[in-house]
Amino acid sequence: MERTNNNPETAIRCDSVCKKYGKTEALKGLNFDVRRGEIFGIIGPDGAGKTTLFRILTTLILADSGTASVDGFDVVKDYKEIRKRVGYMPGRFSLYQDLTVEENLNFFATVFNTTIEENYELVKDIYQQIEPFKKRRAGKLSGGMKQKLALSCALIHKPSVLFLDEPTTGVDPVSRKEFWGMLKKLKEQGITILVSTPYMDEASLCDRIALIQNGRFLKIDTPKDIVSQYGNRLWAVQSDNMYKLLTDLRANELSENCFAFGDKHHVSVDNEQFKIDDLRQYLEQKGHTNIEIREIEPSIEDCFMQLSQR
Amino acid sequence: MFYAIKPALNGQDQKDTSRKKMSNSIQNNSNKVIVAENLTKKFGHFIAVDDISFEVERGEIFGFLGANGAGKTTAMRMLCGLSIPTGGKGIVAGYDIEKQTELVKKSIGYMSQKFSLYDDLKVWENIELFGGIYGMKDKEIREKTDLLMQALHFEGERNKLVGSLPLGFKQKLAFSVSIFHTPKVVFLDEPTGGVDPITRRQFWELIYDATSRGITVFVTTHYMDEAEYCNRVSIMVDGKIEALDSPRNLKKQFNATSMDDVFQQLARKSIRKAD
Repeated sequence: MERTNNNPETAIRCDSVCKKYGKTEALKGLNFDVRRGEIFGIIGPDGAGKTTLFRILTTLILADSGTASVDGFDVVKDYKEIRKRVGYMPGRFSLYQDLTVEENLNFFATVFNTTIEENYELVKDIYQQIEPFKKRRAGKLSGGMKQKLALSCALIHKPSVLFLDEPTTGVDPVSRKEFWGMLKKLKEQGITILVSTPYMDEASLCDRIALIQNGRFLKIDTPKDIVSQYGNRLWAVQSDNMYKLLTDLRANELSENCFAFGDKHHVSVDNEQFKIDDLRQYLEQKGHTNIEIREIEPSIEDCFMQLSQR
Repeated sequence: MFYAIKPALNGQDQKDTSRKKMSNSIQNNSNKVIVAENLTKKFGHFIAVDDISFEVERGEIFGFLGANGAGKTTAMRMLCGLSIPTGGKGIVAGYDIEKQTELVKKSIGYMSQKFSLYDDLKVWENIELFGGIYGMKDKEIREKTDLLMQALHFEGERNKLVGSLPLGFKQKLAFSVSIFHTPKVVFLDEPTGGVDPITRRQFWELIYDATSRGITVFVTTHYMDEAEYCNRVSIMVDGKIEALDSPRNLKKQFNATSMDDVFQQLARKSIRKAD
């Protein structure tokens, strides 16, 4: 089988990929590539096009135009080759609910002409956590255990590229941290990982990320470089009346925009002349008490909001 | 952990005495919208909700946090009159959650990420359907629909199928529909999951607006920044409420810089394996 893309360092490549569902343009010309061994994050809200992109790359649906390759193989011409090489964990739990944990894993190993024993090393860390329940039916597992089983099944044939579509959606913050720990270990074993998530705070755990909204990439870069390209200064502001503070900050013409961020409001300031003390004075005039203003480094969520408003 | 039930605050409830329904009410105190006292739910040997006590006051935003499987959904189902407690008692909107489930259901609103509106009905049809289910008069539905469409800037979407709307749009509409019949309290189960960051914030502005009109909000979320927007937050671990206070006090109590930190400290104590 001849590879379309011969650069061995590129695990995934997308060139002007478009997809429409009726009148809805799900993907509006996506270009990106993922280097071998990277954890690459596709980060954006529901409906941005994440799942459509994953389905095209895993050869489950066809793009309307554009080309894409995985592991050097074309997603249309060489789809059979791709299916042998990739692991895919869809957003919705899609294992056999009436098979046991062990039967599911065995089934996926058999389908890919391998055995659990052959690749046990790869899934060991993850599978051991659910092995005590290996006789339990998959449908009876807890959410966290289902997630671990699905990941084990996606890994059992030792894929070179792993596709994880929103593996942490609806998962609590503690389990999400654990899951990212597992991904880091897989990366160390040389597996390329394309992962999508609506949680902006997970961006920093990826080597590179693409911010996606309405079928378009807003930006592709390392999390660090996206943050450094924010441009404006960002101030975190607090006072005793946070609700009024938001309205007052928005009414202030010197700040470009203002959003609530947990217990603080983030104010994006594009005017270099404007000083923290100017804002403090303005807020004091508005009757605010216990005002605290600090210059902070933007988060990926700040960047996403700024980019999505352009 | 036990939270004493505070003595009733009187005076406010007089307004409501003209309404006949209130005579059914056990707790004639409109300031406490939710009272849970030793509330417990067992499934066989498994104690999903283990003796929880708390109360929520009128107009409060109450954050109900916990890891997956901590018992949040079970507790919420009991408070909505959908599941009968196996122990303890609860009063929601003045009605007993064990004996007056239908009255409880009439007095509350509910919205979740998973179920909100019917995709194959138009915006106005969804509103009419839910308004009708809650017994609102046609005229009232029509008038309020006009106001709602204006407030949300949705006039252009009125005749569109809900399924054709962007998710953020849908969630804002779903929330507005859940409080369309002016319930005493609205239960929101992960209302902002998967919603883009800007819409997520607009959603919280709608929540604030609802509380300013006296609607109490009971909300679960996995976004820890949203926990900060609540007046008080409870954190469940293995069926029990392990912490309950304002975000500020919780951070102080746990010597933490963020609610995420507080949550991580508590949820890591969990020994429960099931979800």
